[in-house]
Amino acid sequence: MIGDLITASVLASGIRLATPYLYAALGETFGQRSGVLNLGVEGVMLMGAFTSLWAVHEFTPAGATGYDAGALAMGVLVAILVGLIMGLATAVINVTLQAEQGISGIGIYLFGLGMSDLLFQKVFGGNVVTVNGFPKVYLPVLSDIPVLGEIFFRQNLLVYFAFALVPVTWFVLNKTTLGLKIRAVGQNPEAADAMGISVARVRYFTVTLGGVLASLAGASLSISLVNVFQQNMTAGQGFIAVALVYFGSWRARGVMFGALLFSLVNALQLQVRTKGIDVPDEYAAMAPYVLTIIALVFASQRIDQPAALTKPFERGE
Amino acid sequence: MPPNLFHSPRLDRAIDALMPLIAVLLALLVGGLMIVLMNANPITAYRGLWDGAFGSKNAVADTLVKATPLLLVGIGICISFRGGVVNIGGEGQMIAGGLVAVAIGLGYKDADPTLVIIACLVGSFVAGAVWGGIAGVLKAYFNVNEILSTIMLNQIATFGMMYLVRSEFIDPRQKGAAAPIPETERLPRQFDLPRIGGALDDLYRWLGLSGEGGTQWGTTLLHNGIIIALVLAVLVYVLLWRTTVGYRIRAVGKNPRASRYAGIPVRRYMVLSLVLSGGLAGLAGGIQLLGVRHRMNAEGGAIAFTGNAGFNGIVAALFGGLHPLGTIPASILFGALLVGGNKLQRTVQVPSALITALIGLVIVFVVGSDIFVRRRSRRRVTVSVAEATEAAEVRASP
Repeated sequence: MIGDLITASVLASGIRLATPYLYAALGETFGQRSGVLNLGVEGVMLMGAFTSLWAVHEFTPAGATGYDAGALAMGVLVAILVGLIMGLATAVINVTLQAEQGISGIGIYLFGLGMSDLLFQKVFGGNVVTVNGFPKVYLPVLSDIPVLGEIFFRQNLLVYFAFALVPVTWFVLNKTTLGLKIRAVGQNPEAADAMGISVARVRYFTVTLGGVLASLAGASLSISLVNVFQQNMTAGQGFIAVALVYFGSWRARGVMFGALLFSLVNALQLQVRTKGIDVPDEYAAMAPYVLTIIALVFASQRIDQPAALTKPFERGE
Repeated sequence: MPPNLFHSPRLDRAIDALMPLIAVLLALLVGGLMIVLMNANPITAYRGLWDGAFGSKNAVADTLVKATPLLLVGIGICISFRGGVVNIGGEGQMIAGGLVAVAIGLGYKDADPTLVIIACLVGSFVAGAVWGGIAGVLKAYFNVNEILSTIMLNQIATFGMMYLVRSEFIDPRQKGAAAPIPETERLPRQFDLPRIGGALDDLYRWLGLSGEGGTQWGTTLLHNGIIIALVLAVLVYVLLWRTTVGYRIRAVGKNPRASRYAGIPVRRYMVLSLVLSGGLAGLAGGIQLLGVRHRMNAEGGAIAFTGNAGFNGIVAALFGGLHPLGTIPASILFGALLVGGNKLQRTVQVPSALITALIGLVIVFVVGSDIFVRRRSRRRVTVSVAEATEAAEVRASP
């Protein structure tokens, strides 16, 4: 029975389903490392999901049967733009206006939840619209490797890009001056400020980047994984992404393993359902959350957490 | 030195209290812009919203019914935020409360209705308190961020509910069906929370206010949950500002370190804040079940049962200045927005999702404007310190 469940195609879908978690959680890692908790990821994801689908739908030439590269590029571009705007707005609220981050995030979430649905109702009348999303790209040679090729190297561009972001995030945070500044601002903003680093500017950068990546996370759902938009289609994935950052103790690699854990469970659930095996899949659905809480217990015993997380910074006179 | 007219404390407090109202006006302004972009007339839309919420006895009753869970969750939020813990777990706590209430109600179908209703409500409070208490223990003793744990607990409660409603709790009539609807049996009608419209009409008549027809509230869906919520709001006010326990909750929220030196068991009070706040959200779930839904349904996840009240209650509390009595009008305001928003969809073809977006904007504006209140209060402190120093110097000089 286990053999029926864990097949190469299930593992491949597990890899694929990790994409939205990866974008959103890596973006959130930048923000949290600089001391800002952005709980509004879910809302930004929904906005990204809707707007990118709209763009792909809008720019696909009438009568096209397959995917349209130009339209897909527009979809990604629009998602980036929307993420930029919402990320900047988040930065204004959390950095300049020094809002309580746990609550302002709920505000951004509700705004995104309502706004994406509003646009969906208005533009498409709430009807399901399917688009031709990103096609699979078989990497030469690699995709021919038995089993592994099917699991890892027959994915689409947004999937490859998401996994490529993991080492990039690690590199930027640990090996560049920018990363040093980000960590300094998250650890000890007063000292960073005294060193001549602009705390506000660094946090504006990380929070806006987080917004862009959250929006891409939404796009990776609507124009790469499922190719439709539905009201509240993220169903809590943005909140999980926030927790994944704690789960992975603020490191890119840890975040990736957390994302894979959740996505593999998701893939298994789908498989259980299609096979019609009589296991209550709510148990499987619940498991990652329980695991996260347990992981949080252990994570909190370590001292990795950026010391200034959720604490607004105000320059003394 | 003449008294400074522009630093009257009463005026200061009035300006502070106006801040959230300004935030709502701003949000409505942005909302108006959004309505214009949707090719509708914002004035017609807002009038439709008002009529939908307050235009008739039925509308007012709907608004009050919608405000009830917001008020209960909101006064719980007042406790937790005053106690320094952020409870985002209202959704899960409401579901826990609803589940326990439905289990008790279906388990004792033939028992005395009054007793069962009381047992359901107490049970739902306890369920929510346990669900909130888990996050409290995790925070106090394991240093787990309560924002994250409550969010996780929301999801766990939702999936737990979906599982139970599909299996153990499913309506026996659905069991054999080809495509069973995942829902419980409807609770026996004698367990519905009593409607209070008839009593209200009697009161009107007794006061000599009843106009044409006489019965006006009797046909509305208004149930006595709102009265329970109002009484509890007053009790929470008394708890927070008139008892030692409340004083300690607030002390822990203001300054945990100083509280510890003062001998307050800080951890226990953190747990207590989340237990009480979760309990009130659980009760909101119980009242939602007995007063509105009468059964649990697994379709549509959490929102279908809670109507997002676990989140919207936070907004109401913030808007009410984290004061239980201030939360009363705030809950009614947001209840009105939600009810009016639903009707908006039918009258001016503006989707009710607009209201969700608007509520999000209100939160953002309220927490964003808080900095101005804080700055003003700091300036006030500086000014009064300067005045005090000056006065002391005058006294000291011969």
